[in-house]
Amino acid sequence: MRALCWEGANAVAVREVPDPELRNAHDIIVRVRRSATCGADLPLLAGRIPYLAAGDVLGHEFLGDVVEVGPEVRRHRVADRVVVCAGIACGACWFCRQGLFACCDNGTTGASAAESAWGQPTGGCYGHPGPLGGFAGSHAEYVRVPYADVGAFAVPEEVSDDRAVFASDAAPTGWLGAELGEVRPGDVVAVWGAGAVGQLTAGAALLRGADRVVVVDDHDDRLRMVEQHVGAEPLNYRFVDVLAELRERSGGRGPDVCVEAVGMAAEPPGLLAGRLGGGAERSLALREAVHACRKAGTVVVLGTWTGVVDTFPLGAVMQKGLTVRSARQHGQRWIPMLLDRMARDELRTEHLATHRLPLERAADGYALFRERADGCVRAVFSP
Amino acid sequence: MARMGRLAGGGSKVARAARTLVVRRRERWPHAAGTDPRPGRWQVVTVAGRPEEVLPRGRWPEPLRRLYGAVELYARPAPGGRGTELAARLLGNAPGLRGMVAHLVGDDPGRFIRQALREAKQLAETGEVLRADCSRWDRPGVPG
Ligand SMILES: NC(=O)c1ccc[n+]([C@@H]2O[C@H](COP(=O)([O-])OP(=O)(O)OC[C@H]3O[C@@H](n4cnc5c(N)ncnc54)[C@H](O)[C@@H]3O)[C@@H](O)[C@H]2O)c1
Ligand SMILES: [Zn+2]
Ligand SMILES: [Zn+2]
Repeated sequence: MRALCWEGANAVAVREVPDPELRNAHDIIVRVRRSATCGADLPLLAGRIPYLAAGDVLGHEFLGDVVEVGPEVRRHRVADRVVVCAGIACGACWFCRQGLFACCDNGTTGASAAESAWGQPTGGCYGHPGPLGGFAGSHAEYVRVPYADVGAFAVPEEVSDDRAVFASDAAPTGWLGAELGEVRPGDVVAVWGAGAVGQLTAGAALLRGADRVVVVDDHDDRLRMVEQHVGAEPLNYRFVDVLAELRERSGGRGPDVCVEAVGMAAEPPGLLAGRLGGGAERSLALREAVHACRKAGTVVVLGTWTGVVDTFPLGAVMQKGLTVRSARQHGQRWIPMLLDRMARDELRTEHLATHRLPLERAADGYALFRERADGCVRAVFSP
Repeated sequence: MARMGRLAGGGSKVARAARTLVVRRRERWPHAAGTDPRPGRWQVVTVAGRPEEVLPRGRWPEPLRRLYGAVELYARPAPGGRGTELAARLLGNAPGLRGMVAHLVGDDPGRFIRQALREAKQLAETGEVLRADCSRWDRPGVPG
């Protein structure tokens, strides 16, 4: 089959690779209809994530048709249209039973490398190497889906492919942000990053009744989307003093909930930096979020980080009594609800698919996405 | 309070072995005596489910069964309804590992046992051991 393979730092190409096969009894094989780029791919693409090897297939946000079903699969049949959670989890371990699917004990094939990096292994993700999964990505004609009864969800007929593909990762991540922040009616919420994740976090906060949601970024096209499609307030950090502006818009208190939806930079901050446990990153957005946050408020870290982050303002966290929370999304918990909201038109996501391309042009799609050129928020590929 | 004993290698030995050593819920795993050369560190995983579900009839689970005679294995209920703690380490008095077992364990027994425990956990919890797509991650020697 054809698939988008990583070939080395910032080099990808569509190549012929072996078709996936059922390898576990709970697997299904999905023929991909849509597969989207994600901010999480950028450090991978740049070669900043250890163990990624030339030839590995990228991509983790996808939707498609079931074409093969393993003997232990109960919930899916051939020809079902399913959206698949980007995270891989067993559904049976203690963490999965608590709804903490991204913390699954049985979701990766590289547990011991994850253990050395973070102390414990976590759940997996498609299109990431062993410590984060060990499963081929979705920018391909076919994908193998392990634990299919847990991670694949039938898409209601009235929800289009271009909308439903975002139920795989960006929408559950946005929901996670609002839930970790315990956003409630009357809250002022600020979100750093106006990518798909930041926009859907803002949308989730509004759905939970936030009074005011402000999104900070410096890309005007993305900020326009925030206004037009999400109904939140844009703030361009290039022209405005973010801290002063947020203080003013929150009655001098500071936002009740501040969400970082930016993540590690695609390029390493210095010669030593970058790899798991290697040199330190910096996060300007996270520092601003901590400074802006009202006393006893909550700072949520949604951006992807794999190593050490420097110049973190622990003093402000301590002195103001902040709560800092973070996670990878537990999509298995929310995807049915999100698909319902999509079916009811409460949650619209298709505007995020700014560039729809055939899989054969996936390398161009990544170039646009990485440079954020031509207003690209997500490139979405169809094989 | 629930108690679990040392596990036997086969069904027939269960009753006798279960009486040889009983680990109470809050006790530490048995310690190596002063000069005992065995590596003292236990490798432990917590498996969802009660001990009698995780280890039906007290039998050693796969793939640990293959290590019978080379490792000792304990189980006890985990606190807070988290399931069963399953602990293993190399037997100190085993006169050097021989044959197949030595080949299996390799030169990093701690890591090998940990991986075996993880697989036993996955089998108990999900009914199978998750296999990577890329055969690279199935190959021994690659951190996994
Ligand atoms: N927690 C999870 O489960 C999860 C899931 C998916 C994605 N993510 C992560 O969320 C992050 C965002 O994902 P995305 O796909 O929206 O990424 P993206 O790259 O499309 O968007 C990131 C945005 O942040 C903006 N930005 C950069 N520096 C900033 C700053 N200092 N202040 C304000 N904005 C700034 C950029 O201009 C860009 O618009 C990534 O790190 C991604 O890996 C996490
Ligand atoms: Zn993603
Ligand atoms: Zn699990």
